[in-house]
Amino acid sequence: MSKKTAQKKQLGRQKRRQAQAGQEEEFYRAGQWQLVWWKFKRHKLAQMAMVVLAILYFIAIFAEFVSPHDPLRRFKQYLAYPPTAIHIRDTQGGFHTPFIYGVKMGRDPVTFRPVYQEDTSIIYPIGFFVHGDPYKFWGLFKSDIHLFGVSGGEDAMPLFILGTDTIGRDVLSRIFYGGRISLSVGLVGIAISFVLGLILGGISGFFGGVVDEIIQRIIEVITTLPTIPLWMALAAALPREWPQLRIYFATTLILSILGWTGLARSVRGRLLSMREEDFVLAARLDGESEAAIIARYMIPGFASYIIVSLTGSLPGMILGETSLSFLGIGLNPPTISWGVMLQDAQDIMNVAHYPWILWPVPVVVLAVLMFNFLGDGLRDAADPYVS
Amino acid sequence: MLSYIIQRIIRVIPQLLLISILAFIIIQLPPGDIVTLQLQRLQASGVAVSEAQANALMRQYGMDKPMYQRYLLWISNIITKFDFGYSYTFEKPVGQVIMERMGYTFAIALASAIFTWVVAIPIGIFAAVKQYSLADYVITFLTFVGLAVPAFFLAMIIMYLALTKFGIRAGGLFSPEYMIQPWSWGKFVDLLKHVWLPIILLGTGGVAGTIRTMRAMMLDELRKPYVTVARAKGLSEFQVIMRYPVRLAINPIISGLMWLLPWLFSGGIILEIVLNLPTAGPALYAALRQQDMYMAGAYILITGALTAISAIFSDIMLAVSDPRIRFGGVEGA
Repeated sequence: MSKKTAQKKQLGRQKRRQAQAGQEEEFYRAGQWQLVWWKFKRHKLAQMAMVVLAILYFIAIFAEFVSPHDPLRRFKQYLAYPPTAIHIRDTQGGFHTPFIYGVKMGRDPVTFRPVYQEDTSIIYPIGFFVHGDPYKFWGLFKSDIHLFGVSGGEDAMPLFILGTDTIGRDVLSRIFYGGRISLSVGLVGIAISFVLGLILGGISGFFGGVVDEIIQRIIEVITTLPTIPLWMALAAALPREWPQLRIYFATTLILSILGWTGLARSVRGRLLSMREEDFVLAARLDGESEAAIIARYMIPGFASYIIVSLTGSLPGMILGETSLSFLGIGLNPPTISWGVMLQDAQDIMNVAHYPWILWPVPVVVLAVLMFNFLGDGLRDAADPYVS
Repeated sequence: MLSYIIQRIIRVIPQLLLISILAFIIIQLPPGDIVTLQLQRLQASGVAVSEAQANALMRQYGMDKPMYQRYLLWISNIITKFDFGYSYTFEKPVGQVIMERMGYTFAIALASAIFTWVVAIPIGIFAAVKQYSLADYVITFLTFVGLAVPAFFLAMIIMYLALTKFGIRAGGLFSPEYMIQPWSWGKFVDLLKHVWLPIILLGTGGVAGTIRTMRAMMLDELRKPYVTVARAKGLSEFQVIMRYPVRLAINPIISGLMWLLPWLFSGGIILEIVLNLPTAGPALYAALRQQDMYMAGAYILITGALTAISAIFSDIMLAVSDPRIRFGGVEGA
């Protein structure tokens, strides 16, 4: 072994040791949120979930632009139209960019149900940024440009990737728009739970005594009540003549009535255990006011637990909205949500003939599954000091 | 021990009181009072109601009295006469409607609880013992999916497949020809042919949850030194696992046993509606669609009270198994 290589090795070892020491130092220096992020990054499934959820929310936010059609438009000549087949190869064997064929409609001689057949002589290419149904983006900007679709104006065969429902509305566009309600119900719901849980849990944990006892008993009773029947009863009691927006907020309020209890409990528990911590004592000796102690030292201390508790209750709320709307006692048409879309599927004969109206099912399951994965990753990351 | 039980029973009384008040509030929620609605309904169906009859109805429901007296009237009728009010949807007393159906609800809930344990406990043990194996990953993934898919989604998909692939209309508990017949051997066999589907579907969420609890508990136990000792003693691997860690890991499932029934009440309700079962849940739904709130109040009161009472049993069982609770060392669950 030559002197040079030995020297090099020596250098390399030194560098590695330095790097290691640097890493360790970085670990000790890192703030709480830095540590949480590092730990979260190791949870691959949760990261994937975050990406998928980001896409879902993106679609919901930009639904007007992303959906190929107006979700309320009824295509009268395409009732319960099956998902359109997308081709890249025509009958002569030539390749194209993705396209769809025109359609000829006939009637089944026995059942008189419409039967659709592809007309391979006409080709409609699928394009990006095509003109279609006019919309008003967020009620602000008028446009008619859609992310994708078939160009060619009114005469062209419309693109129904997931088919149409029993009265001829595009299922995919409705799923996109439905995400607005179904995915936001949970967020608004946890915002309400958050406020309720933080205030009541905070009061309970901070004052203790009789107040604590009363709040704890109330929480105990609320957790004893059967969730879904209670939701159903409350939702059914909403006046039918209320406008849709008010029904929507009332529904989220109902969903969060039960959600806050878990948060209140964990806030109380954290406050109780943290009151005895040395750093709180130090702050108190330093002359900080009680309010400042809570706001500056205690809340940052358990913020991560709050986030975990909140993500944990999201899937339940999404499923709750879906179930209630499915039963027709939550939201109702013309509001579009995944649950409302499934009302059609209450009649099993509809499902048997037009199975594609079940498409909201996998979408709901996907959203819930992703929130569960995310919640799992966050739970692990919430306590970054435990390795 | 006795003092603990008495203490626990005393603590449940304010709980039951609160539950009953909440149930009463729910009854009062819809705008317009019940008697006026009822009168409107009668008039709409062509029944002439005289002033005197209307007043009698008003008095019967205590509409001329303040709210708290109406509550007292309602709750005392329930306690003394088991009278939960009248359901105009079913044109029967609410208590009767619920009692007729509660039997099926109980039977299905109990059967699916047993199904849950029989399936979930062995799988949970297996997944823990084979941690990080392919089987473990598959099981873990499936439990995630199982928790994310509500039972009524599965029911819809299965009903669709049954109808299109086999031409069977799944759902219900009896074939049409047995529906109104009295009990017979044939009817019982017919019941068995239908009942397995709701039992399995109702159990799926519970199976997924129980597998996860069982697996997590087993993993905690398997790391403990007594397992090594048992191995060192020369016990077979099967005996090592079954005789010590399993007995400990199964504890939270046993203590959660009493919570399971009310949980099944709540979770199964939409499934029961989709499958069109003659249980209490769909009756509640039918009543709610007409804003027939006495039914809702009764259902919430009954299931809430059952949960509160079964929580006592659960706590007492925990106290029996854990002396620290018995002697007041730690708060009960």
